[in-house]
Amino acid sequence: MKTKSKLIKPYTKKSFITYALLIAVFTIVQLILNFGKMSFMMQSLLVPLCVYSILAVSLNLTVGILGELSLGQAGFMCIGAYSGALFSSLMKEAIPEAMVRFPIAILLGGLCAALFGVLIGIPVLRLRGDYLAIVTLAFGEIIKNICASLYLGKDAEGFHLSIKSAADMNMAPDGKMIINGALGLNGTPKDSNFTVAFIILLITVIIAYNFVYSRTGRAVMSIRDNRIAAESVGLNITKYKLITFGLTAFLAGVAGVIYSHNFSTLQASKFDYNMSILILVFVVLGGIGSIRGSVIAAVVLTLIPELLRETIGNYRMLFYAVILIAMMLVTSNSKLKGRITAYTNKLKGLIKKEKKGEIK
Amino acid sequence: MALLEVKGLSINFGGLHAVDDFSIKIEKGELYGLIGPNGAGKTTFFNLITGVYKPTSGTILLDGKDITGKNTIQINKAGIARTFQNIRLFKELSVLDNVKAGLHNRYKYSTAEGIFRLPRFFKTEKAMDEEALRLLKVFDLDDEASVKASNLPYGKQRKLEIARALATKPKLLLLDEPAAGMNPHETAELMETIRFVRDNFDMTILLIEHDMSLVSVVCEKLSVLNFGQLLCEGETSTVLSNPEVITAYLGE
Repeated sequence: MKTKSKLIKPYTKKSFITYALLIAVFTIVQLILNFGKMSFMMQSLLVPLCVYSILAVSLNLTVGILGELSLGQAGFMCIGAYSGALFSSLMKEAIPEAMVRFPIAILLGGLCAALFGVLIGIPVLRLRGDYLAIVTLAFGEIIKNICASLYLGKDAEGFHLSIKSAADMNMAPDGKMIINGALGLNGTPKDSNFTVAFIILLITVIIAYNFVYSRTGRAVMSIRDNRIAAESVGLNITKYKLITFGLTAFLAGVAGVIYSHNFSTLQASKFDYNMSILILVFVVLGGIGSIRGSVIAAVVLTLIPELLRETIGNYRMLFYAVILIAMMLVTSNSKLKGRITAYTNKLKGLIKKEKKGEIK
Repeated sequence: MALLEVKGLSINFGGLHAVDDFSIKIEKGELYGLIGPNGAGKTTFFNLITGVYKPTSGTILLDGKDITGKNTIQINKAGIARTFQNIRLFKELSVLDNVKAGLHNRYKYSTAEGIFRLPRFFKTEKAMDEEALRLLKVFDLDDEASVKASNLPYGKQRKLEIARALATKPKLLLLDEPAAGMNPHETAELMETIRFVRDNFDMTILLIEHDMSLVSVVCEKLSVLNFGQLLCEGETSTVLSNPEVITAYLGE
């Protein structure tokens, strides 16, 4: 069974390197935090970094593994954020313990997003390529706009809901506003912190790797590589497309819950198409299909504009664009790529030679 | 009872009768050839019995069960597997994973069991690995198990496609021009493989082929299609010496 161990190895090796890298980075960040050497701005970025990484990894399942272009990521994040935050603000008194309340909120937000993911996926996944991208973009915008016009209040009589205006709810004057239209949701407990966000990121990465290297992941990749052949060996195309789409939505929803519990106010306008495009940029530049790449791209590309803000201020978006273009060239231009690999191989060869020399 | 019994099968594309009132009867364990000039409707016939197209009229019975109008997935589950004229592998997957994708419906565990790495995941994956390697060994591909499918040489890609089809444990195997693009040496090897599969897997095989050297050696029975219609059928040697068949192939 020599061959077998050779076959299983690359997967586990790949994933364990990623887990180790993540834990190493986490430990270093925690150490810096403990010594109080981190600027306030960097500290405020820690949770969003985890959130963006989760979003990028989850979108990579649809874009890289299933091979379909989806631009609805912000919409699913919005559903997760709203349902999670709503649960937490309603249950603040009933479940005062954040350690109990927050996991339930995360799960609930994820499940709501997954439900919508599957419901939207049923009609939408019949489309392919550009058309799927357009329709998912539209669904994302619809979700955002519905959330932005949502009014929910509670008084002695119970809940009042409207999608027109606050006055339309017919709530008693002493009632409490929970969701206030475009102003969003106030009073979400600040349950997110770096440790929780990191643990969820780690779980997301584990789920993503385990999903890809399983029976389901293999079926999904078979469908991506050749739909007709996949059908001919009896793979149910619709089922596996929906599972992937649902899992992507679930993880996006989870990211949304963490995001919403990081700020006391939540506004739907944050979840516009810019967010979806941003996540797609992470996935594409990190390498389509590469889970580790998604995390690295999400972290690097979120940090760059923030670091540039400190040094060159208003010109930062200009430089950010230049960096994006440079990254695009390096990752997709075969000539440049070949040259870079040639150099790295040379370097590796030099190192090996030195080592051999030592042995002699 | 015949394994595959097709009666009066027809399909029209607009005014074109691609397959016209075609019937065929294949007994269990037979090595059956389907030949005919280009555009005669051979691949269309394969697409009809695998559910890619729905027939305009006619019935298809597999092992006595009516499978007319069923979709590709249902037909694969009923027991028909195929290869393609232009190779269709899962290019980015390894050779082993290609076969394991074929094993998909025979070895099962849920998505959740896979994500949470429950015991059934390890047990089933191990069994799948063993079964897949066993199949690959038959085709002499076990050394290349971890190679990406698109990096295999052409002849081996053809073999891998057969291995993947066999992984679904079909009753009937359809081969669409298995020797296309092969050199004489590879073709000779392929003939061995086809015979081996029939004998060791208890398989019934229906193949489309243009290479007459392969057809005359491997196939026991032949049907000849011309302009969507059955020209003649019977024992290979009788059919190949039929003057009508020679005319259809070589012209007058």
